Amino acid sequence: MSFTNKVVQLVLLEARLEWKNKQSITALLIYSLASIFVTYLAFQQTIDLTTWNSLFWLIMLFASTNAIAKSFLQDSKGLQLYYYSMLSPKQLILAKIIYNLALLSGLSLINFFIFQIVFPINIDQLGQYLLSILLGSIGLSTVLTMVAGIVSKANNNAALLAILGFPLLFPLLSIIIQCSMNAINGFDWMVNQQLFIVLISLNLITVLLSYLLFPYLWRE
Amino acid sequence: MDSFTKNKIARAWWWKIIAIICLVYTCYYGFIGNVPAMVVLHETIRNLYFHVTMWMAMMLMMLINAIYSIKYLSSLNKYDDLVAEESGKMAMVFSAAGLITGMVWANYTWGAPWTNDPQLNGTAATILMYAAYFILRNAIPDENKKAKIAGVYAIFAFVMMFVFIMVIPKMYNSLHPGKGGNPGFNKYDLDSDMRMVFYPAVIGWCLLGTWLMSLKVRIRRIKEITEEN
Repeated sequence: MSFTNKVVQLVLLEARLEWKNKQSITALLIYSLASIFVTYLAFQQTIDLTTWNSLFWLIMLFASTNAIAKSFLQDSKGLQLYYYSMLSPKQLILAKIIYNLALLSGLSLINFFIFQIVFPINIDQLGQYLLSILLGSIGLSTVLTMVAGIVSKANNNAALLAILGFPLLFPLLSIIIQCSMNAINGFDWMVNQQLFIVLISLNLITVLLSYLLFPYLWRE
Repeated sequence: MDSFTKNKIARAWWWKIIAIICLVYTCYYGFIGNVPAMVVLHETIRNLYFHVTMWMAMMLMMLINAIYSIKYLSSLNKYDDLVAEESGKMAMVFSAAGLITGMVWANYTWGAPWTNDPQLNGTAATILMYAAYFILRNAIPDENKKAKIAGVYAIFAFVMMFVFIMVIPKMYNSLHPGKGGNPGFNKYDLDSDMRMVFYPAVIGWCLLGTWLMSLKVRIRRIKEITEEN
């Protein structure tokens, strides 16, 4: 099998495993639903645009940390050995990133719609906002998947993912919040263009770094 | 054997003399030397020699940390990891020093020790990243495993830190002198008197950091050797 073929097969395998055990994906949905409802109760609909945007990304941050925390944990010893003999580490990390990207994009869209239902606001540049959600999901999934790989080698301490991952996410989150805020305020594409370019290059750097560094974790 | 402590440069004395001379010179002329009279900054411009130079030394230590992490991953020599760990610790020391000198200065110049400034946020993030690096190190008992995993994290963190400190502040206005239209020390303002102190100060603090780091690495090696026997 070729390199890409194996990656695609692995993504499908991950999806099938997830689907077989629907418990974890349901838990994820309920987690984000519950956190949105908590913010709804706390803010009582008195919410301005900046708070809306920040809350949305904060909930996304915590939900995605939760979603990705298990991405290496749930692999049993046997499955890991199987991967080890069948795959190169580069294929594994790419497959995990792509699968988590799909998971997070779906999750962020669901979150976005629920957010729109409980706190209806008018987003001027919806296309730009959706693009920033997609780019944010790419960044979150890449960084957190890589850190989850690191944590899985370090006694699988659950708190460690947040401690190690959040500082690495600061640059991404600060740009993405700025970017999506501009989209809410209806800034022209020309204004946001530079931020999107920075965001895309940041994502490229993180994907490249994970791709290059993961083999060192794996070989251990 | 590792390249750093076996290296003759680490054991040579000449650059340590240069460090001492530069720092004595900095401390003397930093307070006595002429500075241009500038609005807002006034005499606090002297903080340039003691605050900005801390960041330079911190950057150098982070660079050493990243380079030796890469070296460790390619060589798997545990002394490369030792250098990486100790330079990470020195980076924390210099970032704390830079933060304190900056906060004291900001308290009198901006009226508050902490403002929502991209450079301050970048610094806070950097300190958190390196704190996380040491938490990760402590979480893994096995020596080789620890070195490898921490090395991977250090390289990842260095790149992110670089983006956060060097790229993002350029996109926003900052309160820092010389940025966002504030008076400051860019190449037109920084006069030759200040350059004469600033450059030796940068060299002096960077060399001091390297010296401290190399001493700590050598102490750790001696401990290891005595424990083995």
